[in-house]
Amino acid sequence: MNLALAKTDTVRSSDILARARDRLPGTGKVAEARGRAFEIFEREGLPHRRLEDWKYTDLRALMREALPLAAAPAAAALERAEKAIVALKTANSCRLVLVDGVLAPALSDLAAHEAGVRVRTLREVLEGGSADLLDNGAASGAMIALNAAMATDGVVIDIADGTVLTKTLHIVHVAARASAGAYTRSSLTLGKAARATLLESFVAADGAQSYQVNDAIAVRLGQGAELEHVRLMADGADAANVTTAIFTVDANARLTTFNLTSGGALSRYQGYVTFAGEGAEVNANGVNLLNGRQHADTTLFLDHAVPNCTSREIFRAVIDDRGHSVFQGRIIVRPDAQKTDAKMMTRALLLSDEAEADNKPELEIFADDVTCGHGATTGALDESLLFYLRARGLSEKEAQALLIQAFVGEAIESIASEALRELAMSAARRWLAAKG
Amino acid sequence: MALLEVKNLHVRVEDREILHGLSLTVNKGEVHAIMGPNGSGKSTLSHVIAGKPGYEVTSGEILFKGEDLLDMSPDERAAKGVFLAFQYPVEIPGVATMTFLRTALNAQRKARGESEFSTPDFLKKVREVAKSLNIPQDMLKRGVNVGFSGGEKKRNEILQMALFEPAVCILDEMDSGLDIDALRIAADGVNALRSSDRAMVVITHYQRLLNYIVPDFVHVMSRGRVVKSGDKQLALELEASGYAQFEDAA
Repeated sequence: MNLALAKTDTVRSSDILARARDRLPGTGKVAEARGRAFEIFEREGLPHRRLEDWKYTDLRALMREALPLAAAPAAAALERAEKAIVALKTANSCRLVLVDGVLAPALSDLAAHEAGVRVRTLREVLEGGSADLLDNGAASGAMIALNAAMATDGVVIDIADGTVLTKTLHIVHVAARASAGAYTRSSLTLGKAARATLLESFVAADGAQSYQVNDAIAVRLGQGAELEHVRLMADGADAANVTTAIFTVDANARLTTFNLTSGGALSRYQGYVTFAGEGAEVNANGVNLLNGRQHADTTLFLDHAVPNCTSREIFRAVIDDRGHSVFQGRIIVRPDAQKTDAKMMTRALLLSDEAEADNKPELEIFADDVTCGHGATTGALDESLLFYLRARGLSEKEAQALLIQAFVGEAIESIASEALRELAMSAARRWLAAKG
Repeated sequence: MALLEVKNLHVRVEDREILHGLSLTVNKGEVHAIMGPNGSGKSTLSHVIAGKPGYEVTSGEILFKGEDLLDMSPDERAAKGVFLAFQYPVEIPGVATMTFLRTALNAQRKARGESEFSTPDFLKKVREVAKSLNIPQDMLKRGVNVGFSGGEKKRNEILQMALFEPAVCILDEMDSGLDIDALRIAADGVNALRSSDRAMVVITHYQRLLNYIVPDFVHVMSRGRVVKSGDKQLALELEASGYAQFEDAA
């Protein structure tokens, strides 16, 4: 019975490309690439629990179907979006705003770019005939294929060799839609020795409801480049967000990437990191803050394909009510990748008896001269610490909040930029205040 | 009215009764020492006064300035002016000592309907107190008690006592784990806080501490109740004769 239902849903999903076709940019090679990608999605359907990588996040059960493409935002939607992003304004940033999957020039700082930065929309690149940006690199599976097939818009940022940005690049995804999906795809390329900071925010405008996000971002760091990437996902309470991030890190480059999920009913953030040159260093950290019946899955694949690279992963989950947090961390050390130094630590804090945390570390090591380690813990707040704080005058709620902040702080501390660290910390504080 | 009044207190932990009808009256300005062998219920008394969960009061009462203390949550007790200096202060990684001190002080002030301290006033106050206790500034930047030595942890407790200005201080085995120099610094800190408005209850196993913090009254606890009370001479007698006589008496 359930199987039959799932089958029906997949069939229903299968005409979303046809219905959207005349609104998707690009013809010729681009349209062919979309067609090939959509065949993969049609063949595989929504990922389900019998696929090892989706064991804890069964999209057939949780998402049921991929929603049709949202209409391009009308004036009223843009107005609601504008209100929703007022609070997101950060000092010294260059903001690029996508509303329901379409770049909104009026809300974006398109003219304010620093020298050495080129910003285009995905739409104009695809209309120009190049299908390169629809390539999924290390990522695979039905959801990234669906993204390639349906990608409507996004931002394409290129930073020239040696350019050091002083402004934060801020990509904002605002949902103003109801019962529709946005399919976005962006790209950030840092030339040799370039340095940048990228902030991504996902928020809902008033009136947004039961919407879906399928986003992808491809990030390439050239030799010696440095990027700090912070992603704050605060989508609407009944939204679904599936995002694929594909990082390629060249020699001696340094990447710090941090994801905080506090929004959405259902989310999957899958990050693929490929070391493409020696001497590179990656910190891939994250926090899930969940309550109600939220389900959030963070899955990271780190591919140590070359020798002498370092990776660190710190992940924290705080789960209340009937929330369900999933962390999967796979580290692959290829046969040639000697002197790899890879460590992963994941900890979950359960605030209720019905909260659930699944941690799945997977180390696949094919080289013999490496340092690799992982650890995972799951537990409740320490009663002796709570009592100490309460004996000093903190209410139960204040004491819990202080300990939870300290717990997630271990991951948030990795953010080097003080402004971004404070943004992540205030997102955590907002979550704590709203939790009640 | 007595500041702190413990009346015929019976306390149970799980299925075992630990305190069997303990009574104690503490007035403003007084320093009381509670001595007794291990397992006599000294720490249980301190925990019950502070409101630690896991203890069941089956009968008796504790009044603080005439109010029923047992009816209050631990944080309400703290705001009212009850302070427990822990025998084993916990380490709280990720919570900077300064953040903790400010959050706690302002929570207590807020609960009393007082205005919160401004950051400069707060910093000034903490620095003054820290200096008098020989607590280096970098200790205040670290996580609460994280990597602190035994002596540093105890000094951090006294720092909080000085900052929060409680009406009654319960010092639970303040001397445990301290060498003689650390003990002297801690005791000096406590003595500086003695005042005619404040009472102290010093819980200790050894007479040694009472050479530094000289009590007005000494109580001997055995098997869950006070079996003898006297002045500081009693502590010296105990030092000479040990607790065995009271074990029999109880």
